Amino acid sequence: MKVKMISRNPDEYVRETKHEHHKLPRNYDPALHPMESAREYVRALNATKLERVFAKPFVGNLSGHRDGVSCFGKHPKRLSTLTSGAYDGEVRVWDLANRESIRSFVAHEGFVRGICYNVSGERFFTVGDDKNIKVWNSNAPDVGEDEEPINTILSRTMITGISHHRKESKFATCGEYCSIWDESRNDPLKNLKWGVDTLHDVAFNPVETSVLACCGSDRSIILYDQREANPLRKMVMTMKSNKLAWNPMEAFNFTVANEDCNLYTFDTRQLRNPLKIHFDHVSAVTDVDYSPTGKEFVSGSYDKTVRIYNVHQSHSRDIYHTKRMQHIVCVAWSLDNRYLFTGSDEMNIRMWKAKASEKLGVIRPRERVAFNYQEALKEKYAAHPQIKRIARHRQVPRHVLNSQKKMRAVKDKELRKEANVRNHSKPGSVPFVGEKKKAVLKEEV
Amino acid sequence: MGEDEVGTKKKGNKRYFQEVVDESEVKKIKHRPKIKQEFKGEIIKVEQNVQKPLKPHLKRKKGYQKYEDKRPNIPKHILDKYNRGENVEVDGIKTKYFKEKQQRKEVYLEYATEQAARTELLLTEQQGFIEADEGEVTAEYRQEEIAANVDIQSASKLFKLNLEFGPYSMRYSRNGRHLLLGGRKGHVSSFDWVTKKMHCEMNVMEEVADVSYLHVHTMFACAQKDHVYIYDNQGTELHCIKRMYRVNRMEFLPYHFLLATGNKDGYLSWLDVSIGELVGNYGTKLGEIRIMRQNPSNGVLCLGGGKGVVSMWSPKVREPLAKLLCHPTPLSALTVDHKGQHLITAGLDRKVKVWDIRSLNGPLAKYKLRLPASQVEVSQKGVLAICQGNYCELYHNLIMGENASRPYLRQHCGSFVHGMRFCPYEDILGVSTANGFQSLLVPGSGEPNYDALEDNPMQTKSQRREHEVHSLLEKIPAELITLDPNEIATVDEPTLQEKIDAKRAIFFLKPPEVQMNSRRKMKGKGGSANAARNKQIVKDQKRKEFIADVREAKKKIIEAHKVDESGEDFIPLEETKQSVLDRFKPKNLKRKA
Repeated sequence: MKVKMISRNPDEYVRETKHEHHKLPRNYDPALHPMESAREYVRALNATKLERVFAKPFVGNLSGHRDGVSCFGKHPKRLSTLTSGAYDGEVRVWDLANRESIRSFVAHEGFVRGICYNVSGERFFTVGDDKNIKVWNSNAPDVGEDEEPINTILSRTMITGISHHRKESKFATCGEYCSIWDESRNDPLKNLKWGVDTLHDVAFNPVETSVLACCGSDRSIILYDQREANPLRKMVMTMKSNKLAWNPMEAFNFTVANEDCNLYTFDTRQLRNPLKIHFDHVSAVTDVDYSPTGKEFVSGSYDKTVRIYNVHQSHSRDIYHTKRMQHIVCVAWSLDNRYLFTGSDEMNIRMWKAKASEKLGVIRPRERVAFNYQEALKEKYAAHPQIKRIARHRQVPRHVLNSQKKMRAVKDKELRKEANVRNHSKPGSVPFVGEKKKAVLKEEV
Repeated sequence: MGEDEVGTKKKGNKRYFQEVVDESEVKKIKHRPKIKQEFKGEIIKVEQNVQKPLKPHLKRKKGYQKYEDKRPNIPKHILDKYNRGENVEVDGIKTKYFKEKQQRKEVYLEYATEQAARTELLLTEQQGFIEADEGEVTAEYRQEEIAANVDIQSASKLFKLNLEFGPYSMRYSRNGRHLLLGGRKGHVSSFDWVTKKMHCEMNVMEEVADVSYLHVHTMFACAQKDHVYIYDNQGTELHCIKRMYRVNRMEFLPYHFLLATGNKDGYLSWLDVSIGELVGNYGTKLGEIRIMRQNPSNGVLCLGGGKGVVSMWSPKVREPLAKLLCHPTPLSALTVDHKGQHLITAGLDRKVKVWDIRSLNGPLAKYKLRLPASQVEVSQKGVLAICQGNYCELYHNLIMGENASRPYLRQHCGSFVHGMRFCPYEDILGVSTANGFQSLLVPGSGEPNYDALEDNPMQTKSQRREHEVHSLLEKIPAELITLDPNEIATVDEPTLQEKIDAKRAIFFLKPPEVQMNSRRKMKGKGGSANAARNKQIVKDQKRKEFIADVREAKKKIIEAHKVDESGEDFIPLEETKQSVLDRFKPKNLKRKA
């Protein structure tokens, strides 16, 4: 007779010394792991709850400005450097790692309207209400030396914004008209004009580098090509757009922050219909900035909240707010895709995590695996009502909640009114107009 | 081109190298690595991957090349073991985006299945077996003979305890390391049966109906004369659960942390041991519950009733989830296999039947015994143990219906068998009888390779604590105990019955109550009488609107279900012949005709 029985040699299952890891033999046979889905569901639920528990997005604030913060400049090469301009003409350069201001100087009389770095990051440009374009060195002057601009260009007209070309040593300013400048010259290469209204924001396309877009105060958005003498296209919306940001990955798309509480994502080839309307703000949206991945963007609003949107979704993924934060004027998304910066009226710059529940600091491999697993579970069970409810729930300030209610009531009223009119009119005389159609009034070529 | 050809083509002066030399004379010089050159001994040639130059037509194409997997193919039966079901058909998906997403998902799932199947290579332990010599059969072998032929470690697992407070009920802990015995006359003991280290032993001075470990071996429940008590491994009484009264049978559901009990009055109770709350407690109206087992794959309780019916119960549904008429006589024993595929029932009609518990079909197999089976039990690897009084038979692959004629092993236990369990992850069958406990060797019954993150027989104290915390975090809510354990991962589609009910409900809808608070108007602009009248007007209007809507909906349903009488293939139920006597029928019948 030949007999074999299970007889485990402890040497293969028990560790020899305390300094070793425990031996954990695995067997992935489904029969040994019953109730797989139910257990996964519970894990997904726990992961979602933990995400909300750990959602503490506020990293810290950068205080030092003596007036409201008006604009940001992101250094193209250094992650730990951020430049900010204020209403009193002061420019500060921040060391983000230590959260302190390393340079500060008064650059302009009146508002600083825009800051941008050149391609290499060695110099930066500031424009202000005093019609000056000033060029500064990125490195601080030696001890005892005064802060002096490398160059000062006096413009003939008012300047409200500046944007640097991605590759060449050119930059564009906007004001009464859009001007293209060369870094080495004191006169604009070109002035591009369409109509007589003021332009208040300009942005170079990061991929199709010679294309740029401007927001005009006649509710228009104008597209230019810096190589051509005339503007390309113009589109007029129902309300004024405050800021414009190009998608850095899908550079034919751009998003504008509008006065009507919404953001609109457009495809340059199809300006008549926005790709997406992003709702949820309850007051005018003042600034927008894309994440370097091009999948998300952040927007700041006059309603004192910051919202993060997925490019393809109309409702926000997250909302950030604090008790003391006032109207937000400018926002920026850091180039490592991990932090957000918001500048607000009450002189503070705030630093936030882009993912509210992300763990900062070193993440060990096993931790990383656990996080990835949790992410996968959350995605798999995202549609379950309980998980959905927990993942979506956000506490919002009372004033936001009230205005949301009010806005909803107004919206309902309009819909009801329209339905009533339709019911009492000749069939077909009151057509259904989609929400997207309403945003754009006309397109000119 | 050969040298000869050159010579024939052009006849010029011959060079020294063109002379034909006998090849055998020439010493071939081959460049060798230095180590080989100096080596004098025998060379064992190892085949090496010599890279051959690519043939021109085999040159790699530019662009995407499919990665060629050089690993051996996995046999289909292993792949099937890890397979979680068929692919989703993408035909029903409307948009291209989601279609592609689903297809991609399927690719990942397939890959995951394959990767899981490849880990089979890492399983080190082999399943046990007995091979009989020529002219012998395994059923002949006594336990002593088997013990004499196995290693000392395994032989020490054959033991017998003579105890005097019987009959005994018994339970192994989930990892198979610890054993809990409870004698009817009050003797309770818990010990590590491998090392024979006693945790506690005591006499509770009351009748003990059943015992069960909780999620860890340091706590166990004991169903005593009136109440259920929970003890720790020192034998200290932790709780007395008075709401579980006169309990007969207990089962612990480890993933739900539920202690399920069935009592003498036919009540089922589920106690969540992590929070101490009864999550379900109701009467089954089946009379005394004597036979109760859990289905380990979904946590549903299976009760064997006096009428030969097996009913399945979940804590949140007060009706049985399913009922299965298994025997024409009362049941004597039942069990569900480890994977939750088969239900094995034994009745007083001396039959043992195997049912498909997932589709509630069967019997897949039927066996006739000489005596009714008092206990049935299935091991992790599908060995079936049947007990008839004090005689115990074990069958190999009985569920599959192979070699059913002859038992695999048999054993006389000396006295009446009251409890029987296979030890998880060991080739052991524990049998508790009227006067003691026996541990029998059954090679090939247990799962040889355990998963240490699920149940670990070699668990240390810290591992146990860690596991306890993790399993508590993953406690499955009691609501998820359903017949299909994967129901939570499926699409919530209304069944046909629910659709029919929803349609039917439309015919019995009542108009909702209208709550109306009229706005305060300015002074002199109304009055309570006016307000009341306005309210009534609004209410009437709403009701009329509702009734009109319902009428419309009803019409639609009736229209949809109308039988087309004008069609050619329509056959009326009755012949409608006019008769002279029709005039005496009541009026309404006449119209119908």
